[in-house]
Amino acid sequence: MSPFILEISYLIGSISFIVGLKMLSHPETARRGNIYAGIGMLIAIAGTIFLYKNSEGQGIGNIPWILAAMVIGTVIGYMMAMKVKMTAMPQMVSFFNGMGGACAAIISIVEFNAHSGHPEKGFLAIVFLGLAIGAVSFSGSMVAYGKLDGKVKDARGNMFVYINNLFLLGLAILIGIGVFNPDMFGHSLIWILLAASLLYGVLFVLPIGGADMPVVISLLNSFTGVAAALGGFLYGNQVMLTGGILVGSAGTILTVLMCKAMNRSLMNVIVGSFGAAAGAATSADGDKVAKEINATDAAILCAYANKVCIVPGYGLAVAQAQHTCHEFEKQLAQRGVEVIYAIHPVAGRMPGHMNVLLAEADVDYPKMLEMDDVNPMLPNTDVCIVVGANDVVNPAAEEDPSSPIYGMPIIQVSNANNVIIMKRSMGKGYAGIENDLFFRNKSRMLFGDAKDSLGKLIGELKEL
Amino acid sequence: MDIADFFIQNKEFIYVVILSIFLGVEMISNVPAVLHTPLMSGANAIHGVVIIGAIIVMGLADPNDYLALGLGFLAVVMGTLNVVGGFVVTNRMLEMFKKRK
Repeated sequence: MSPFILEISYLIGSISFIVGLKMLSHPETARRGNIYAGIGMLIAIAGTIFLYKNSEGQGIGNIPWILAAMVIGTVIGYMMAMKVKMTAMPQMVSFFNGMGGACAAIISIVEFNAHSGHPEKGFLAIVFLGLAIGAVSFSGSMVAYGKLDGKVKDARGNMFVYINNLFLLGLAILIGIGVFNPDMFGHSLIWILLAASLLYGVLFVLPIGGADMPVVISLLNSFTGVAAALGGFLYGNQVMLTGGILVGSAGTILTVLMCKAMNRSLMNVIVGSFGAAAGAATSADGDKVAKEINATDAAILCAYANKVCIVPGYGLAVAQAQHTCHEFEKQLAQRGVEVIYAIHPVAGRMPGHMNVLLAEADVDYPKMLEMDDVNPMLPNTDVCIVVGANDVVNPAAEEDPSSPIYGMPIIQVSNANNVIIMKRSMGKGYAGIENDLFFRNKSRMLFGDAKDSLGKLIGELKEL
Repeated sequence: MDIADFFIQNKEFIYVVILSIFLGVEMISNVPAVLHTPLMSGANAIHGVVIIGAIIVMGLADPNDYLALGLGFLAVVMGTLNVVGGFVVTNRMLEMFKKRK
């Protein structure tokens, strides 16, 4: 009877993942979808602990240790997840993803060490692939985590492309040797492969720019999914297989969607040729001067407008200015100004991240408009305030075919009657290209940290 | 032929893999950008299912094999982190959308 119940628990788990993921892709059902998937996971885990038996009929032992490990993991995981600030969400996801990758890698190591005699090639291939993918996902996620947290700096260079490709080839050869000629290295092979995979994960993520991390995290996320699915193959475990493959394929599509929203190919992100190509397209005009505006004038401009559109970007997320921004919006609304938010698909640190941040600050959901809905409204907008966004409002994407971001959909702020750009300095956006918007007649720069600037505007508004 | 044998022995699994790939692609293709981050986080939690492998490793380890026990322990801790952290973080993100529905 118990094998039957175990299989049913796996079936429930698999179905809950499918239904959960489906529900996660609609705003109304997303939260319930997440909870369903969580319950399915719990059922599958409980089933495994109490009912699993291997082919020799041996059940799960060491249960006190397993439960102890799960308690430790639950307490740490719960605390980290509850304590993390909304702006630090992306690196948190990356960290948890790395944990899953490491878990998959360890499973492979133990299974490899446990085998005796001459195992089948299929078994070896699964073990080695699981180890390599899991380890790359782990070390890559940790580097991505470090980058988003500001602990690891970008290291760009064309050299990385060659080294990485060589490394990948080396990894493939190592796995090939391991599968077809396992005696060549014996048991030490698994450790060599582990070290090489960990190193490759670091080298893979290191040259990719910090702002591209969302795409990388999404990609590594699908890697971990594949590693989990390989574990499912290893144990003939359906729930690991379905869960892993679903995440693997859904994660890959999500990665492609993110790239599309930025009008870049996945190749482009990974090879990181963006910075290099951009160099040629810039520095056409060096003598333009951007006009500044002070907080008082900016506040007056907004206060007497009919319609104000706020375009939040990466700078708002970094300055954690979402609450101040909402406060500013409320001040304007009190004066009868209509305020909307224009959210570019890739604004912030991750697609959709800006919506999460603004929602945290209690901004009304209907006020957050997507790019395609906002653009037709902009000619009737009196003031457009760009808060820490740059590339997503760069007119070069529409006007300059030589620009590396040419073709990327943008929020057409230059159609508004006035544009106020809040920025720390005249520095370039992450694409590393000049933004002509800053030098246009209707544009005014308000320099300073997004949070400080918005705070000053609120102060000025109150005194008006 | 190794490959032919492998295919025949594992044909059910291969079907599951192929169908799951199409399912995953179909489900995600029309998701609004607003949900990209929560969805990535939710998917992240789901691949935490790898913890089942870690439980099996730990559960079948010889109590005298300290290497396997230690590694298994570590794997279970990390897998739990992935599952619990993943679902909680996703829930926190989605909670914010929920408030004003």
